[in-house]
Amino acid sequence: MSAFKDAGHLFRFAALFVVGTLILLGLRAHFIPHSFGQYGHYRGDALAEIAAHPIHFAGHQTCETCHSDILDIKIKGKHAHVNCEACHGALAQHADDPTNVTPPKLDTALLCVRCHAASAAKPKNFPQIHAEEHSGGLPCETCHQPHSPAIDAGKPAGGAQ
Amino acid sequence: MTINRRHFMILMPAAAIAWQSVLAGTPEESPNYKTSEHWWGMLMDISKCIGCGNCVRACQKENDVPDGFFRTWVERYHVTDYNLENPQVISPDGGKEGFPAVEEDAGKYFFVPKLCNHCADSPCTQVCPVGATFVSPDGVVLVDQKYCLGCAYCVQACPYGCRYIHPEKHVADKCTLCYHRITKGLTTACCENCPTGARQLADLKNPNDPIHAFLKTHKVQVLKPQMATRPKVFYNELDGSVR
Repeated sequence: MSAFKDAGHLFRFAALFVVGTLILLGLRAHFIPHSFGQYGHYRGDALAEIAAHPIHFAGHQTCETCHSDILDIKIKGKHAHVNCEACHGALAQHADDPTNVTPPKLDTALLCVRCHAASAAKPKNFPQIHAEEHSGGLPCETCHQPHSPAIDAGKPAGGAQ
Repeated sequence: MTINRRHFMILMPAAAIAWQSVLAGTPEESPNYKTSEHWWGMLMDISKCIGCGNCVRACQKENDVPDGFFRTWVERYHVTDYNLENPQVISPDGGKEGFPAVEEDAGKYFFVPKLCNHCADSPCTQVCPVGATFVSPDGVVLVDQKYCLGCAYCVQACPYGCRYIHPEKHVADKCTLCYHRITKGLTTACCENCPTGARQLADLKNPNDPIHAFLKTHKVQVLKPQMATRPKVFYNELDGSVR
């Protein structure tokens, strides 16, 4: 019996260890978010939270559901691959509420040269102009219809009516 | 227990509030989106980039990027003759408002749009001490801004300089590859607004994605392949001087 006479020390130590482990597990469960480790060493819920950010650019597919007439013009012209909001700006709010949110009027003098101002850094096959020499101060849409900018030899484009 | 008028009057607003929270609690879901079915990357065609800065402006608008910080930006390289070691690189305000005029016949100039390369072996996610940044199951490097401490280890670890500490939130911020758009079937804001198609979002797991045909027929490169980060932004006609 004498071999176990001090066993109480061991039991107290074991009890302390068990309590400490339980406290550790409790704190761990409390501080680590429940979705941590769902996919990897990060909070799984973060994916859905990031995916829930609001959208500002509606996307050309949304524009085209209403403005199919513009699409018909655009798809035949040189700007077929230029998406609506590249010039018109972010219009998801307009897509959500077309009557109350109206797109701002565009300034072709600013927009056209943003892409088409001549620069030796641009690819050689990209159409480029020196604005002053090219139009003599006339607005671009005097000759070019922005949705289909090539000048038709038969009829003048006549501006963006 | 029978519900009398008094109980009903108490229960109705409670039920209404509960229902409101049920409606508002779940963020906008994308029910048909499965992370296991995608592996996102991007294709950059240098030969098409005109340096208009549309991508930079679109990104800032879409993601509320603070002024002076960039999730994507455009650099203009100027390389004289064979001097590939010393290109002159400018990116005024990220290329947001265009670039100054160039000297004619003074070597070659070209634009290089940059963004997070969404590396498959990303050094930035490996150094995070708390697991606040990660590669998502669909291959997008993201930051959990609720979990980030703002220690900026990841900012230092990125070999491409694609991360910054948000000046107001004081946590790491970076390109999300417009995760809120691509999970809804839209393309990224930068790709949506690129007028020449120089940028194209690519789903490498989708066998019908045009990237596969492009990669078969073109000589593409990634940035800093010597870093062994396995970037997923592929550059067509990338010059050897690009760092």
